[in-house]
Amino acid sequence: MNGAGALDQVFFYFFAALAVIGIVGVVTRRNVIHSAIFLITALLATAGIFLQLQAEFLFAVQIILYVVGIMVLFIFAIMLVHQDVSLKQLRYSRQKWVAGVLGVILVAEFWFALDKGGSLFHPGAPISGGLQPNTEQVGQALFGGYMLPFEIASVLLLVAMVGAVVMAKRRI
Amino acid sequence: MIPTTHYLYLSLALFTIGIVGVLTRRNVIVMLMSIELILNAVNINLVAFSRAYGAVAGQVFAIFIITDAAAEAAVGLGIILAFFRNRETVLADEMDLLKW
Repeated sequence: MNGAGALDQVFFYFFAALAVIGIVGVVTRRNVIHSAIFLITALLATAGIFLQLQAEFLFAVQIILYVVGIMVLFIFAIMLVHQDVSLKQLRYSRQKWVAGVLGVILVAEFWFALDKGGSLFHPGAPISGGLQPNTEQVGQALFGGYMLPFEIASVLLLVAMVGAVVMAKRRI
Repeated sequence: MIPTTHYLYLSLALFTIGIVGVLTRRNVIVMLMSIELILNAVNINLVAFSRAYGAVAGQVFAIFIITDAAAEAAVGLGIILAFFRNRETVLADEMDLLKW
């Protein structure tokens, strides 16, 4: 049990570091394609964290939908937009210092809240086995108590699809 | 066992860097990517709480958030393509005309 716990920690901190490196890369790279590659790294690291949290279904959804689906969309959009101009221009807008200060304030605020109230979030030890079998439980919740939100989500996807087609069309 | 607060700290880091990315970058595509990362940070929170409380609802809502992210990416990139076709730019501070 002790060895398994240590492995758990190694996994978590490895994927957490990878996610933070990935997102810093997204924000700082000049080339948008490099940002997209770093975004893929961060999303895959998040998928690893989902796996470490024993949410296997969400792990698969994250990889299939985010890393494959949404990133292909992003890379298509990047390739359709001319890169060579934006490479020579400034990366950051003029309010970057204001944004940096706001970010520091946000971190301080949340850090204080987590430091003071973090114990409230943790009523007891987490259940040891996780929510197993994961896919069946998620499926039963989706098609049981959350049937209406599920259907609304499908309508939302339909609307988004129509909207994307209308937006990207040359002449309506 | 990793305490739940560690997941929250990770999520805080991702969220804040995403916010700073949205506020500072000029390229709208990178801003959209940062928004995806903000949604991702929320998902980490939801799944961590789902694990801590042993309730499956957190994972269900994470799925809904992923769905929203997909819809947002599709519509957002469509708008960016339409804008680029008209104005030849993807920089946020040059998008200052309502009509041209």
